[in-house]
Amino acid sequence: MSLSRREFLRLLGLAGAAGLLPASAFSAARKPSDLYEIPRFGNLTLLHMTDCHAQLNPIYFREPSVNLGVGAAKGRPPHLVGKQFLKHYGLEPGSIEAHAFTYLDFDELARKYGKVGGFAHLATLVKRLRAERGDGNTLLLDGGDTWQGSGTAYWTRGRDMVGACNLLGVDVMTGHWEFTYLDKEVIANIGEFKGEFVAQNVSVNEDALFDYRFADFEGFDEDSGLAFKPYTIKVVGGMKVAVIGQAFPYTPIANPQRFIPDWTFGIQDERMQSIVNRVRETEKPDLVVVLSHNGMDVDLKMASRVSGIDVIFGGHTHDGVPAPMLVSNRGGKTLVTNAGSNGKFLGVMDLEVSKGRLKDYRYRLVPVFANLLPADAEMQAYIDKVRAPYKEKLERKLAVAEETLYRRGNFNGTFDQIICDALREVKDAQVSLSPGFRWGTTVLPGQEITMDHVMDQTCITYPETYRREMTGKDIKDILEDVCDNLFNPDPYYQQGGDMVRVGGLDYVCNPTETMGRRISNMQLDDGTPIEPDKKYIVAGWATVGSKSPGRPIWEVVSEYLERQGTVKIKKLNTPRLVGVKGNPGLGS
Amino acid sequence: MKLDQKRRVFLKGSVAATTVGFAVGAGLLTPGTVLAAWNQSAFDAKAIDKAISAAVGNPTTTPSDKITIKAPDIAENGAVVPVSIVANLDGVDTIALLVEKNANPLSAIFHLPKGTLPDVSTRVKMGKTGDVVAVVKAGGKLYSARKGVKVTIGGCGG
Repeated sequence: MSLSRREFLRLLGLAGAAGLLPASAFSAARKPSDLYEIPRFGNLTLLHMTDCHAQLNPIYFREPSVNLGVGAAKGRPPHLVGKQFLKHYGLEPGSIEAHAFTYLDFDELARKYGKVGGFAHLATLVKRLRAERGDGNTLLLDGGDTWQGSGTAYWTRGRDMVGACNLLGVDVMTGHWEFTYLDKEVIANIGEFKGEFVAQNVSVNEDALFDYRFADFEGFDEDSGLAFKPYTIKVVGGMKVAVIGQAFPYTPIANPQRFIPDWTFGIQDERMQSIVNRVRETEKPDLVVVLSHNGMDVDLKMASRVSGIDVIFGGHTHDGVPAPMLVSNRGGKTLVTNAGSNGKFLGVMDLEVSKGRLKDYRYRLVPVFANLLPADAEMQAYIDKVRAPYKEKLERKLAVAEETLYRRGNFNGTFDQIICDALREVKDAQVSLSPGFRWGTTVLPGQEITMDHVMDQTCITYPETYRREMTGKDIKDILEDVCDNLFNPDPYYQQGGDMVRVGGLDYVCNPTETMGRRISNMQLDDGTPIEPDKKYIVAGWATVGSKSPGRPIWEVVSEYLERQGTVKIKKLNTPRLVGVKGNPGLGS
Repeated sequence: MKLDQKRRVFLKGSVAATTVGFAVGAGLLTPGTVLAAWNQSAFDAKAIDKAISAAVGNPTTTPSDKITIKAPDIAENGAVVPVSIVANLDGVDTIALLVEKNANPLSAIFHLPKGTLPDVSTRVKMGKTGDVVAVVKAGGKLYSARKGVKVTIGGCGG
């Protein structure tokens, strides 16, 4: 199922014999700029970015120290962290790749290697690879979560990112957070997008079909009821490549349905199979790929059930996975990748394709280090222009970080703790809840926390806060529900987010248990046990079901930060874990 | 109250764009036929075995992979969960649809006149996570299949 370490090393060996050994194996003997010397291979190249979350500028991003896999996913990529990750992929500790892919010695190595991502730097890399591979030999795919995640994306309703992607030359995209704007804005943004937007798993629901508001939208197909074009055919390197889109299947569940009331999603793997079959039969493509926002575990399961797909380029779960997984199914084998987040990586797959068959490939998930790739002038000018009206507001300094502030990980990150503490203090609550999103950038110790950072962590189209009474049972039900979205052993029942973050509340979590039995020993910060029937004052934000009455979360957090001056976490409300000792997804 | 309930169930059964919906439209099944088949005790039953028994005459069914249930893995809205059942069996005359965790598990009974394609769709209300169960009567024998549907209260997608 997984490409085992031995197989991976064997492939490295084969590549080495051909003079193509990835840089990591010789990291001691090379200069960092060699990272971007990626030899040509085969006859076409697919470039893949995903989940950039509107990070136009370079940022820091700490990879998780807790990314547990349970059931069949235990210890299998992407559920490896830290040293286990390095060992599995043969990466040298302290190397630039080790820093890109793991949290190990994060502060020290972040200072050494600098910021990651940024569209101007990404643009330089994309242009370079395109130039090296020649006209018409590359395709740039964007897995989505592109229009959300920064102040400018929020204030321009995603339009700044549509412009940036047009400039970058994105050929095909699919979506998830794109659907958190109003449906008419989604349609208008796609209209502005110069590439193609594909999604085989978004339909117009039966009631809406009677009088559909976007019947004129060119991606809509009345016969199939699909809201967007399911796939597109591109000629790359002289080969016919079918790109099928798979949007995030649980968008109307994980995010508000009220913004997109006419659209219904789901994994729809039967429809995926029928589309693959139809495309293969009618279009006679040389290569069939899926641009997916399923999340890696869901992609791995889908790859085992649907046959006829050569490669699934995956996102959503923000897993920076250096090598594709090879999954067997009825019809053969499918490669599955996942390309990280926040503009930190570009997936580069060189393929040798001929006569309708994928013969061989080379894959690298290339980290984008801003210090090693000069900014592309045109893109930088665009970014400066986009930011100009908001620059002063975004660069306002709110406080200084005394420790690393991050979010990513299965449980509370330090920046989450700030949000939870802010909610409790500003809204005078006993307990606070904050969503386990996987986006949100990192702040280094000593760095000033700006409004940009706060927006990176909180910027959504349903940012309103609440303060309300909940019983102890209500709180437990929420924790159990979200925990099952994360640790259900069947990936099709997972939603791809991390555990809900809590403030003022401690608990014990056993991820290997079943729904309703994972959470126990809930208590307030002072040790008082939570009682099922007793009521507690709870503050939170990002309510999916209906709009909350309070002001946006970023106002609450910025007010709190300005009051603090310097920020150090007094107590991290991370649960005590049981049942996962020795799990390779658990860092030290 | 009772009348509303009947109407609701009837509407659920007839609105769905399926073979049965088509059958109603084509006059093969009249509303009267559906209402005549109304089975008070089956729809009122609180235990799933009793509901199955009252619906099809016997609580004992044989699991069958010839029955396909199509329903979302996670419901977008627990109040209206789309469910389709296709039975690849000969001589199907009844399809019952049950929601295991509902207070009254039986959601619908479809009576299929001879020659009708056993392919039905409807929407069911689900209070919480659990299985939807299809019971199919074919050639006098009872078969069943089930599929889990999760009804979530608070998602936080990445």
